[in-house]
Amino acid sequence: MIEVTAGWYLSLAAVLFSIGLLGILVRRNALIMFMCVELMLNAVNLTFVAAGRALGNLEGQVSVFFVLVVAAAEVVVGLAIIVAIFRRRESASVDELSSLRG
Amino acid sequence: MVELAIFVLVGSAAIAGALAVIFAKNPVYAAMGLLATLFSLGVLYVVNLGHLIAAVQVIVYAGAVMTLFLFVIMMIGVDRVEDTSEPLKYQRQLVIGLAGILVVTIGAIVLGGEFAWVPLAVDGPIPNGTVENIAGIMFTDWLLPFEVTALLLTIGAAGAIALAYYPANVPIEEPE
Repeated sequence: MIEVTAGWYLSLAAVLFSIGLLGILVRRNALIMFMCVELMLNAVNLTFVAAGRALGNLEGQVSVFFVLVVAAAEVVVGLAIIVAIFRRRESASVDELSSLRG
Repeated sequence: MVELAIFVLVGSAAIAGALAVIFAKNPVYAAMGLLATLFSLGVLYVVNLGHLIAAVQVIVYAGAVMTLFLFVIMMIGVDRVEDTSEPLKYQRQLVIGLAGILVVTIGAIVLGGEFAWVPLAVDGPIPNGTVENIAGIMFTDWLLPFEVTALLLTIGAAGAIALAYYPANVPIEEPE
C-alpha cells in the first residue's frame, strides 16, 4: 500500500513548472508564453496546497486564493498589452518587438 | 489507495495538458491543454481538502481566464504561422538539456522515495478548506491583504481599459 505524501505533489508541481519554463524559453508566440506563465503560477499553487496539508496549516490555501487574484489581474493587463501591440504591429511574435534596442 | 489512483490519473492528465500547451501548433489547442491542466489541478485541490479554492480554480481559471484567452486568440487570429526557427545559437539544445537534467533529478527523487526535505510531522488533523474555515482566517489575520487585492483588481481593470481603448477617429501613429 503506497501512500501519497506531500513529496508526490511537490514533484508533480516541479514537473509542471519545468514544462512551463521550457515553453517560455522555446515558444515565440506571446500568447503561448503567457499561458506558460499561468502554468508556472498554477504549479506554485499546488505546492502551497500540498505543503499546507503536510504542515497542518490552512494558510497555504489562503495564499493560493491571493495568487489566484493576482494572476487574474495579471491576465487582464497582459492580454490588453498583447492586443495593443497586435494593433500596431499586426504580430504577436516577441522576436519582432525590438524597438527598445539601443 | 484511492488517492494514489486519483493522483496518477489526474496528475498524468495535468502533465499531458501542459505538454499540449508547449507543443501545440494551433493556439486554440494550447488553450485547451491549459484548460485540462487547470481542471486537473482543481481535482487535486479537492483531494487535499481545498474545497473552496477548487471551486474558485474552476470558476476563475477554467472559466473566466480561459474564456479571455480564447477571446484574444480568436481576435488575433489562429491561422498565423509561427516562425519556429531559433535565432539564438544553441539556445534550444541548452533548454532541452536543462529540462532533461530537471526531469532526471525529480525522477531520482520520486523513485528513490527520498522526501526527507519535506517535513511530514503531521499529528493534527488535515486542515479542511471549507468556506467557513477559509473565511475565518481571511477576514481576521489576512484582512489587510484581502482589501489590498480589491485595490489591485480595480487598478487592473482601469489599466486594461486605458491600454485597449482607442478612439475610432484618431489614427494610430506608426513607430519610427
